[in-house]
Amino acid sequence: MKNLASLRDIKHRIDSTASTQHITKAMQMVSASKMNKAEQNAKEFVPYSEKMQEVVTQIANHTNADHPMLVKRDVKKTGYLIITADRGLAGAYNANVLRALTQTIQKRHKSADEYTIIAIGRMGYEFCKKSDMPIAKSILGMPDQPSFADVKKLASGAVAMFANEEIDELIMFYSHYVSAISQEVTEKTLLPITDVAGSTASGSQYEYEPSEEEILEVILPQYAESMVYGALLDAKASEHAARMTAMQSATDNAEQLIDDLTLSYNRARQAGITQEITEIIGGVAALE
Amino acid sequence: MKTLKVSVVTPDGPVLEDQFEMVSCRAQSGELGILPGHIPLVAPLEIGDVRLRNGNDTNHLAVSGGFLEVRPDKVTILAQTAEKPVDIDVQRANEAKERAERRLQSHQDDIDFKRAELALKRAMNRLNVARD
Repeated sequence: MKNLASLRDIKHRIDSTASTQHITKAMQMVSASKMNKAEQNAKEFVPYSEKMQEVVTQIANHTNADHPMLVKRDVKKTGYLIITADRGLAGAYNANVLRALTQTIQKRHKSADEYTIIAIGRMGYEFCKKSDMPIAKSILGMPDQPSFADVKKLASGAVAMFANEEIDELIMFYSHYVSAISQEVTEKTLLPITDVAGSTASGSQYEYEPSEEEILEVILPQYAESMVYGALLDAKASEHAARMTAMQSATDNAEQLIDDLTLSYNRARQAGITQEITEIIGGVAALE
Repeated sequence: MKTLKVSVVTPDGPVLEDQFEMVSCRAQSGELGILPGHIPLVAPLEIGDVRLRNGNDTNHLAVSGGFLEVRPDKVTILAQTAEKPVDIDVQRANEAKERAERRLQSHQDDIDFKRAELALKRAMNRLNVARD
């Protein structure tokens, strides 16, 4: 009798594992297609960001204009812009970003007055709220394929905080998409803009209309906003990649579990049959 | 007729890339017309209509938050949004216009005012371009 019950138990577990596997497999496939789309979005953004970088580099290198966004100042308060997902089930994707953030904050700051958080994504937002970190701005429910308009308001808000000297530097934490199987947490200083010096391949000199200073006034905020968007696209691609990998391994684990369970199911069934035969033979022997 | 290569790029991807005879637009310093062979120039653009002329054909684009980079044989417009007339959602622009007008009339604080003014400009621009 005991044997029969455990047979049924095993069968039940096999069935439920199989249906979980169906779900993880579907999620894996959905993430794979979202990842492709996100990768393509990131690629479409490249011409804009390259051109932007080129012009900003050109101007920044050819003027003596000191725009506040190009100058380092004493840091009294740091803004951290973190990009996470809205949902879990993406392996260590969210945890990695948040761990890097927590470690950095512990290393650099003594009190919560010295920094503020700008959060994109529910996981990051809720984590910071739970850990009593000050949150200045947030966006929750970012679509899977964000457009520039989705992030424009937050990005210009963050840039304005720097311009109004509410924060003295702005650092982004997000997961950089290296490949479908590898993403790494990246820390990038967005403001003040420090990394424009360098490549000046096309040495053509421009005429500036009306003046270099006024152009910097217009272009630098746009540049910073576009960098936020670029980081978001990058982070989205790695989110989908991380989720795809996580679901892939969940599917593989389910497969293995089903194999193991099937083995013990067959073993238990065989044991049951063997026992029955032994009993029948024993019964026959007793009659003779 | 000589032409120049015009490419319009936004964060959401390239909008247009083609040969045109003339580009005219409104920069912050005033109306600007560009023919092939122009000296290299960088200028921020107003929220407005960019006209791209080829013979008797004129293409319009509603552009906001952009600037213009000119080389002798090439013009690049980098903008936060750039839409062809067919891509403009007239109903949405109308709603945005009404919303902005209501906000402007309600006389709230200073920042709100500026934002509403810009929103109104963008909406009017879209409607203008879509109508042409």
